Amino acid sequence: MTEEIIIAGFGGQGVLSMGKILAYSGIMNNQEVSWMPSYGPEMRGGTANVTVILSDERISSPYLKVFDTAIILNQQSMDKFEESVKPGGILLYEPQGIYQHPTRTDINIYQIEANKLATEMGNKKIFNMVVLGAYLKIKPIVELENVLDGLKKSLPERYHNLIPLNEKAIHVGMDNLKTKIFQEKTVTI
Amino acid sequence: MSELKLMKGNEALAEATIRAGADAYFGYPITPQSEVIEYLMSERPEKRTGMVVLQAESELAAINMVYGAASTGKKVMTSSSSPGISLKLEGISYLAGAELPAVIVNVVRGGPGLGTIQPSQADYFQSVKGGGHGDYHLYVLAPSSVQEMADFVEDAFDIAFKYRTPVLILSDGLIGQMMEKVVLKDQQERLTDEEVIKRYDTWATTGKTNRERNIITSLDLVPEKMEARVHKLMAKYKKMAEEDLRYEKIECDDAEYLFVAYGSSARIAQKAVELGRAKGIKVGLLRPITLFPYPKQQLFELADQVKGILSVELSAGQMVEDVKLAVEHKVPVEHFGRTGGIIHTPEEVLEALEQKIIKNGSIRHHKTRESSIL
Amino acid sequence: MEVLDIIKPENQVFCKTKLLTDATLSYCPGCGHGTAHSLTMEVVEEMGIVEDTIGVAPVGCSVLAYDFMNIDMTQAAHGRAPAVATAIARLWPDKYVFTYQGDGDLAAIGTAETIHACNRGEDIVIIFINNGIYGMTGGQMAPTTLEGMMTSTSPFGREAKTMGLPIKMTELIANLPGVFYATRQAVHTHKHARKAKKAIRKAFENTRLKKGISFIEIVSNCNSGWKMTPNEANKWMEEHMFPYFPLGDIKVNGKLK
Repeated sequence: MTEEIIIAGFGGQGVLSMGKILAYSGIMNNQEVSWMPSYGPEMRGGTANVTVILSDERISSPYLKVFDTAIILNQQSMDKFEESVKPGGILLYEPQGIYQHPTRTDINIYQIEANKLATEMGNKKIFNMVVLGAYLKIKPIVELENVLDGLKKSLPERYHNLIPLNEKAIHVGMDNLKTKIFQEKTVTI
Repeated sequence: MSELKLMKGNEALAEATIRAGADAYFGYPITPQSEVIEYLMSERPEKRTGMVVLQAESELAAINMVYGAASTGKKVMTSSSSPGISLKLEGISYLAGAELPAVIVNVVRGGPGLGTIQPSQADYFQSVKGGGHGDYHLYVLAPSSVQEMADFVEDAFDIAFKYRTPVLILSDGLIGQMMEKVVLKDQQERLTDEEVIKRYDTWATTGKTNRERNIITSLDLVPEKMEARVHKLMAKYKKMAEEDLRYEKIECDDAEYLFVAYGSSARIAQKAVELGRAKGIKVGLLRPITLFPYPKQQLFELADQVKGILSVELSAGQMVEDVKLAVEHKVPVEHFGRTGGIIHTPEEVLEALEQKIIKNGSIRHHKTRESSIL
Repeated sequence: MEVLDIIKPENQVFCKTKLLTDATLSYCPGCGHGTAHSLTMEVVEEMGIVEDTIGVAPVGCSVLAYDFMNIDMTQAAHGRAPAVATAIARLWPDKYVFTYQGDGDLAAIGTAETIHACNRGEDIVIIFINNGIYGMTGGQMAPTTLEGMMTSTSPFGREAKTMGLPIKMTELIANLPGVFYATRQAVHTHKHARKAKKAIRKAFENTRLKKGISFIEIVSNCNSGWKMTPNEANKWMEEHMFPYFPLGDIKVNGKLK
């Protein structure tokens, strides 16, 4: 099994850290992983993206053109990566700020209103964990247990008190995933 | 007692440097390798192992601190990225001339000039053809994974002391910035001052005892003596080629076509091999792990087996010259690579093989033969 | 009595320090480098620290200092001696590390290394020979060349408006907190040489205190570069160099004079 993922959005949305937690989870799951970020000035307030690969085999290229899954968190990233999803692949996006919704019909499109949900939970910073939860609902490539272990590994110890909140956010994400089968009709699953 | 971690290439290299028992690191920040000195500073190596870490006032100062530290017989490293390496080249030439062991890391970004901070492999010529002034080479290791960023540190120090030569770890922004699983080796004890003196008292500035004084210099104003120095360096390089050449062959056994790529491009080319094989194209990959010495003989032999070779590099075409020299016109050799900080995708690499080699290969081959008869 | 009858060990009243080799000095007759070399080596010998002393030679006339000083030495790239010495002192913290540099090396191409080593307060000695000219390359203008002084690259005299005024490095670095001792000396007479030797000894002793740089400028001559006889050069130095570069201590024990 190999899962090739691009996560893209604004710097500050937790794009890189979501990828890092996913990569850590893969390690906890005894998989090979790679995490390849965009870096430099474009991170600061601009767009940020990270390619994460989880695989049972040795990973060749950490840099890819097409992906099994694209997790899209802003319009610029939608413009850039909608076409990069493999046919039959997954596009998960946060609709706030998206004015041109995806139009492809050969891929599976999902929505997660992570901004709204995180605000309702009282902590906007766990936005990315809500998105991660939604993704894991679609593709449970790693056990929740591994994700929590991954969180422990990637968070400095002084933040370990926030792990229960992060876990809750993952569940909120899992429970509020919407699938967008047709452009005009959104169904909750 | 190895330890599994998820780390950036730059961080893995820094941690491996502490664990290799290095005595000192001198550097100056530059993207995309600033994590090396940031990591070292945050790890308090002066407390962990007694290692000296200092942010110099410039790359010039940093490489000359390396020169000073190396002259004491201790294990020293510096790292930088392309424009910073250009500044360090004077000092690197001095290190080679004075026969000092040191490890230099270049996490390459695009150029020329200030260029871009994005990944590139356009410092190949600078790295393997000398770079600085004079008749010298560096032993050049090209890691293509985070694991190798860590592993090559110890290998580099071993070679540096085996030959008393500066060693270059030629990485790039992609390998430096990406995170992968890495298994770290146990901490090696740093040599004590007494051990350094015992081992290297024959040449290092350890303080003059009853022996003749030790002088570290690259200067020789007597032409015959200077020529002898140069010949001594050349003998080292020959020995390196005989004893310490490193390369990896991937899917080469039945290959009809061949990619040659190192570092990050080798990773991308490996994926292109997978994509090509899935389409029924028998393609393999030769990955030089050392760029100096270079696997010339291996390429020469593979040229008898394959129909054409594509050299893949994030540059406008530098390593391709060495590939051509090695295969001696036996088969067509072409270059493919993106520049400016753009990373070529595996699909692009495979397409380049199909367009430049498979489609045109036989015609070109024929023409070459014809013109050589005329 | 023949000369050879006189040369006997029992008649010896003075000899050069053992820490100077028997190599013939490459300096011009009358040059101050030879004196500065022997004073430095005498201090090392008298302190009994030869096993613990490491010198750093510059690029300039004294590039071959290691041919004459019988101690472990490293020859640095042009201007980078303070960086080289920084690393040696950091890695051998119990040793006495010094640089020996000229004005082009220390005050032009190596200004950044000089200032930053001083600013970090490295526990090293810097011996700075200032003769107001580039000797090794054949008499070009130095950063310390006096106004109006003719050199091969200021053939009509140094013009302040286009070439700047000579830089007073010792005063400049004395203002940095990392500098513990800064003094300006000369070596052209016995009197001056004795004082300079005291200063060099104090500088070497200071490095044990771990309180920062000891910086000794020696104003010297360059009779070849100045195109004078040695005596004329010394006289000219007293009349022209000393007023602009006055001798004496500038900072002692971390306090400005």
